[in-house]
Formats: sequence, structure tokens, C-alpha cells
Amino acid sequence: MTLPASRPRFAIAGPPNCGKTALFNALTGSRQKVANYSGVTVERKTGIARLASGAEINLVDLPGTHSLRARSPDEEVTRDVILGRRPGEPVPDLLIAVVDASSPKTGLRLAMELVTVGLPMIVVFNMIDIARHRGIEIDTAAMQDKLGVPVVTANSVRKGGLDALLAQLQATLDEGVPPASENLWSPPSASDLRQSHREADRLIARAITLPPEPDTLTHRIDKVLLHPVLGLVCLLVILFLMFQAVFSWAQPAMDLIDTAFAALGSAISTHLPDGILRSFLLDAVIAGVGGVIIFLPQILVLFLFILLLEDLGYMARAAFLMDRIMGGAGLHGRAFIPLLSSFACAVPGIMSARVIENRRDRLTTILVAPLMTCSARIPVYTLIIAAFIPARPVFGVLNLQGLVMFALYVAGIASALAVSFAAKMLVWRHTPSPPFMLDLPDYKMPRPKSVAIGLWQRARAFLRRAGTTIFAMTVLIWVLATLPGAPPDATEPAIYYSFAAKLGHLIEPILSPIGFNWQISVALIPGMAAREIAVSGLATVYAVGGDGANLGSVLAHNWSLATALSLLVWYIFAPQCISTLAVIRRETGGQRWMWATFAYMFALAWIGSFLIYNGAVAMGWG
Amino acid sequence: MNTPAHPDRHAGHGSEAPRPLGNLDRGFTGHVHHISANHDTGALPPEELERRLIELGFVEGARVRILHEGLFGRDPIAVQVNGATVALRRREAMAILVS
Repeated sequence: MTLPASRPRFAIAGPPNCGKTALFNALTGSRQKVANYSGVTVERKTGIARLASGAEINLVDLPGTHSLRARSPDEEVTRDVILGRRPGEPVPDLLIAVVDASSPKTGLRLAMELVTVGLPMIVVFNMIDIARHRGIEIDTAAMQDKLGVPVVTANSVRKGGLDALLAQLQATLDEGVPPASENLWSPPSASDLRQSHREADRLIARAITLPPEPDTLTHRIDKVLLHPVLGLVCLLVILFLMFQAVFSWAQPAMDLIDTAFAALGSAISTHLPDGILRSFLLDAVIAGVGGVIIFLPQILVLFLFILLLEDLGYMARAAFLMDRIMGGAGLHGRAFIPLLSSFACAVPGIMSARVIENRRDRLTTILVAPLMTCSARIPVYTLIIAAFIPARPVFGVLNLQGLVMFALYVAGIASALAVSFAAKMLVWRHTPSPPFMLDLPDYKMPRPKSVAIGLWQRARAFLRRAGTTIFAMTVLIWVLATLPGAPPDATEPAIYYSFAAKLGHLIEPILSPIGFNWQISVALIPGMAAREIAVSGLATVYAVGGDGANLGSVLAHNWSLATALSLLVWYIFAPQCISTLAVIRRETGGQRWMWATFAYMFALAWIGSFLIYNGAVAMGWG
Repeated sequence: MNTPAHPDRHAGHGSEAPRPLGNLDRGFTGHVHHISANHDTGALPPEELERRLIELGFVEGARVRILHEGLFGRDPIAVQVNGATVALRRREAMAILVS
């Protein structure tokens, strides 16, 4: 006998879009932790729910699933946790099965399946406010009678919406969580599934009052948003607004961060004597880390859009609209969501590819996700565009700088489609294309609190990265660029004698055919950790070199246009992101696809830069 | 509601022969007659496709209605099944016979 753990461990299970995570957020507030399940990048959310009596419960938010017949990696995690098949993870003491009260059938079928597992259980009819608004009434007593487990209703937004659930949890703790009974679950056959549909229908007929007329709002909205032509137009407008917002809404906040770091820098300059400490604070900490944190507002705006569209229920519609278009290039409609997230960062993008059931589709999506222009490239792009591309109007209305930025995004998308098409032709020639089937959930207003918690988690992850990896790498470049000091009879700036210069000169032969000088080569080495570090790397290298404050004008002075264009093209393809490569390794279960991604991206980057550099030199821009 | 107890009992009788959902136009309304997955209806093994379709709600007797279709090749389609709306490609929808 083991001693009972200090807190009981309850797991929340339910189908996707049933408001499970909102319920989890409402129960745990900020007392939660997001990590990954060991071995896979499926998100593992745990938190502590505190009852009025002071009793505490460890809550686990399991990935959404339709049934225990798991088909994708995240559904497998849910199945394995519930069935106690995950090594090192104890079976939950109790299951909280969440059912979307406004469309109860899917959740009810899952709840009925979960009952057969034999764990103690509470069924929660969630979003009851929306359901009541639509005229749906749930007879919890009848439901409880038929299911044989406690049934409560809840909503995660209104005050008091969780009272019934909290009271039930308290009652369960007071009585003592009952032991699990025998597990009778086995993978269902087609006739078992038919049977379960009939049972669910019977249960719904007994215990749920449905409105005489079903909700038509979703249908009316879909008449426009799923219209073959209008729907695509709306999708393009939404994407356009999203990128517009990333660049314009974020600007004031970015200016503010910029001013703050500049003020900090000048305060340090005036109060500290010239020396190694001042150089460290100015060139490594402020120039390096400050140069990355400034992109936090853009990343947050992008994630705000993605979270809102997800909560609204639009993402499945986007997948529907894009399926045929992306199918031509060998991508699955569902790949749209991971690829869209990759505009923020390829890491969550690749992780969200786990919702794609088929391995072939998932691998292709993972392979091309790093080609979508992630926010880490924005610093590099904006720096070089501002320094080299004149802000000239084009056709009267467009701005040349904006146009170049847009072209870089388009180049990323086009190359992603081309690579997946090539993979379809070369690798998957003999595999028939897998099916596309998904639920189009009813539209729901996003819950501000849930969106806020999601944004906060993204911000925290980004700041943690800036504070650890990026900071460590910046310090490394600063050390390489500062040591050893210049000899007493030095004729060149001190950095010419540093380790950084030696390293840069070492790899310069590989990069000089594409127009990169040794300073770029130096910045690219630590830039392997994350793309945006190349900017802080360049800032550090040139700041240590004593080239004044404004990096843009320093670059404009030191580089040819051909070199600048070559570096832009390099960054469309550059495989430089250790986190992305690590995630690819974990998600694909081996090194093979990681190296394949690295190799093809490196090859494309080098060839693309070589062509553009030599083309530009031939144009006389060398 | 006439729900056939056995999916095989379909051909030959009744006023209207069941047709594959994958061939029908937007606006079609009817009921699922039975599921008939074979090797031409996609990459999945027929038995697995049948289970997936049932999980989406395509059980015998379910009311279906084609709500939307895509721009290219009128594919995929959005189908209302009882209360829910699901999206699928016409190729897999060929396995759903409706009347």
C-alpha cells in the first residue's frame, strides 16, 4: 500500500471545442503549469483547484478527444492517461467528463464510453448559459439516473457558474473518492459505434429538451463564411487584417520598449565608467536582449488573432476553405492551422500538427512549417529593409518597404507549397491521399479570460526564452567578440583580433560566394539558437567594433545592396532555430526528419542566396 | 422513422434507390440508408472508414443535408448530420448511401 498523495488527482476529459480548457482555467485560475508530456510535445496542463473549504485538487487538462479509439498523437495521450498506460503517470483518481451542453451528443458519447473504464466520474454539462439561451434544458436528475454517475451543469464565465461543480467536488472529497471498478473498455467495432449512437440518442430523448427550432445563427454566418467565393475572400481579408495588425497595432508598444531600453542604456553610459562591465551591460544585455524583447508586442498581436479565431470556431472553416487549394500541393486542409500558427513561431505550429491524424500529412506539414515566415524573422527583415530599401511609394498607394516585406512572406508560402508538392511527388508517390473529415463547430463568442490566459502563457514562454537561451547566446557572442583584447600595437578596432573574428573568417569561405562578410558569419553561428539572435549578434559585433549606435545605418554603410538582398533570401529558408529542429525530432520520433529538414532548408538558403547575390552583382548592386 | 436493422438489406425494394452522397448537389436533403465503404473510397481500410463515418454521425436513418461546397471541384462538402455540421471530401462521401 502506498500512502495517499497529499492532493487527489482529477483529470478533465472531453471532445475538442467543449470549453474544457475554459473550465480548467476557471477552476485553477493562475495556479497552473504548462509543460509537455515526456517523449511527445503534446501539451500537459496541470493546475491546482482550491475549494471553499480549503481542500485542494490537482487537475490535469487532457487533450481533447472524440473517443478512446485514439487516432492522432494527442488523442493517444488522453487514452493512455485514462487507461493508465503512460509510464510514470498514475491513473487519475477521478474523471471529469465535459459535455458541450449546446451540442451534447459528441460529449455524451465520450462520457458514456468513459463510464466503461470504471474510474469514478463526474459529468459536467458545460456552457449551460449558451445552451439555455438556445432553449436547451438538461434534466440532470434523469441524466444522473441513466449514466449512474453525478451530473452537474456549469459555465465558466458567469459568476457562480461553477457552484454546482464545486459543491459536487466537495461532496466527493467529503465522502472519500471511491476506488475504481473494473475496466470494461475495449476498442469498439462499427456495430458497437452504431449501438452507442442509438444509446446516446435515447438518453438525449429522455433527459434533454431540445428547442423546437435549432439555432440558425451559425448557419446564417456560414452562408457567407463558407460560400465558395465570398468565403475565400473573407479568409483573405482576415489574414490581411491580421498581418496589418501585427505591423501597425504593435508599433506604439514597440516604440515604448525601444525608448525604455535606450533610456536604460544612456543611464548606464552616464553612471558607469568605461570598461568591461559597461561594455557587457550595453553591448550584450541592452543591445542583445533588448533587441529581441522589442518583438513581444508583434508576437502577442499575432497570437491574439490565432486564439480568437480558434475560440470563435473559425479555424475549422478555414481548413474547409483551404482543403482543395492546399490539397493540390499535397497538404491536408487541417495543415492550415499549424501553418498559420507557424507565422508566429514554428514550434507551436509543428506541435499543433499533431491534430492531423495521418502520418504522411503530419510529416509533410512539419517539413514545411519552418518555411512560414515566423516572428523571429521579423527583426532581421525589418532591420535590413529599413537600412537598404528606400521608403518610396509604388503605384502611388503602396510603400516599397511594405511591398518587399509582403514579397518575403509570399516567398515563404510559395516555397512551402513547392516543397510539399515535391515531397508528394518524390516521397509519397505511392501513398493515396488520406481523408479530410472534421467537425464544423457552432460559432461561439471567445471568452476574454481564456484568451487572456492563453496570451499570458505565450508571453511568458517568449520572455523566458529571451531571458535564458537568447541571453546566454548573446553573452557568448559578446565574450567571443571581446576576447582576447587587441594587442598594444593594434592598428584595427579590437574586434578584429577577437575569437569571433577568427571563427567568422573560418566559415567565411562557405558564405563568401553568397556575399556574406565575416561579421555576418559570426552573427549566424549563435543565430543557430534562434533566428532573431542574428540581429543582436550583428548589433553586438558592430557595437563592440565601435561603429556607433544605429545598427541600420552601420549596415547600410558597410554592406552592399547585393549582400543585404542575399541575407534576406537566406532568411526565407534559413534552418537556424535549434528549438524548431528539436521539436521536429521529438514530433517525428527520430533524427531522420530533423536532418532532412535541416539539409533541404540549408541547401535552399544557400542556392537562393547565391542566385540573388550574383544576380544583384550583375545588376551593378555589388 | 425506418431504420434498417441490417445495412445489407438495401437494394431492390423501396421507391427510390439509395445514391452516394458524394455525387449529390448542395441543398440535397435525405436520410442515410447505409454505409458501403470499399477500396475505391479513399486511403483508409473500408472497415476503418466505416467507423470514422459512424463516429461523425452518419448512422442509418440520420437526416443529412448538404449545406456548402468548396470552390474547386465543388469539394469538400459541409454536411449537416442530425444537429451537427461536418466537413468531408466527396470521395469519402461516396461511401455514404442516402435516399
